[in-house]
Amino acid sequence: MNDFLNQIRLVGDWLTSSQQWHGDEGIPRRLLEHLTYSGLSLLFAALIGLTLGLLVGHTGRGAFAVASVVNLARAIPTFGLVVLVVTLAGLSTTPVLVALIALAVPPILINTFEGVRGVDPATRDAARGVGMTEWEVLVRVEVPMALPLILLGLRVAAIQVVATATVAAYPGLGGLGRFIVDGLSRNDYELVIGGSAVVVALALIVQVAFTALRRLIVSPGLRVSAAKS
Amino acid sequence: MSDGEPLVRWGWIADHAGELADYTGVHLRLGLLPVLFGLIVSVPLGILCHRWRWLYAPVLTVANILYSIPSLALFMIFVRYTGLTERTVMIPLTLYTLSVLVPNVVDGLASVPEPVRLAATAMGFGTARRVVQVELPIAVPVVIAGVRVAAVSSISLVAVGQLIGQGGLGYYITRGLQLDFPTPIVTAIALIMLLALATDALLVLAQRLLTPWSRNKVRVA
Repeated sequence: MNDFLNQIRLVGDWLTSSQQWHGDEGIPRRLLEHLTYSGLSLLFAALIGLTLGLLVGHTGRGAFAVASVVNLARAIPTFGLVVLVVTLAGLSTTPVLVALIALAVPPILINTFEGVRGVDPATRDAARGVGMTEWEVLVRVEVPMALPLILLGLRVAAIQVVATATVAAYPGLGGLGRFIVDGLSRNDYELVIGGSAVVVALALIVQVAFTALRRLIVSPGLRVSAAKS
Repeated sequence: MSDGEPLVRWGWIADHAGELADYTGVHLRLGLLPVLFGLIVSVPLGILCHRWRWLYAPVLTVANILYSIPSLALFMIFVRYTGLTERTVMIPLTLYTLSVLVPNVVDGLASVPEPVRLAATAMGFGTARRVVQVELPIAVPVVIAGVRVAAVSSISLVAVGQLIGQGGLGYYITRGLQLDFPTPIVTAIALIMLLALATDALLVLAQRLLTPWSRNKVRVA
């Protein structure tokens, strides 16, 4: 236990030492790289996942294809994909983005699809009955009702991406994983735990941000069912 | 990669078939035992959370925090206590499965229709017997949906364990990078995906056998 408390103190020292907060090797620079990788890949994954999910959920066509693609994509080892693309295409941001997009699309796609498909057919028919076009049914009825699930998918994807972007450091692409990989090779425990602490803090911020976002944009009428998911 | 090097050298795969089979076996063990352990922890934990709802939020928060710790870091934390052994890979992977399995056990139990619960009670089932003989079997489809997600991601995460020398097929991923030779990397990725998808298919089959009454009604979350 003393050993454990000692570790925490050392990590605290590491996190607060001014040397960590300046220069090319400091936390801000690595954080920026990490956020760039995570943000860009989430953006692309959301574009792919939301578009496909809404399309398939609304039309009901291609449900089987979506389930198969999601299964297949979930099975891809992210670490392997990063290393493979680095070997084939050389060191650049592309390998990280490709692998992280592949990681983030499945939860966004499946939740969007399930959310839209799960809308009560009677509600959908009522919307058509009052004269809404298909586009209006999608944007004004299905999306708002599916929003809790869609946000859950985005949140899961965001947390996975933030945690996994650390593998980018293995083939030498920076990000917060740099501290972990360097600590690993130098047997420097504080560096490993310190780097992970920053990643965990980032993941928690993401979690809180999504909770706040849900409060803000999910219709109050849906809050009760949203609390369950 | 040097010019003219093909993506896959089939001869290399043929030469290493025996070794590949060994690593595949190790990979399966490292990937699937954690799911089993995770299930052993999650089922009682899920039952408790279902019974006392106030317990659910803190348990889920802890599971989600564990899930957000990068695997690379979690492996390292355990190296200090369990050394460079297979346990160091399996304990973190077990912890990761909780964030999928606990909610699915709770949701599965919540999916049991109230009349069924009442009927079992009326027939004289005690709480423990009702949970084991009536509620858990009805929860199986939702629980297995979680097991499928946990198993597939566990199998693909094992490879990261190679950074502490215990990654099953991940061995070929780091090897390929060191040698600047894509064949082992491609082979490892293909085998890992194959293992994950085969496991997934077996779980679907297991679910059909376990719940003959609910065919074609299950949705994967």
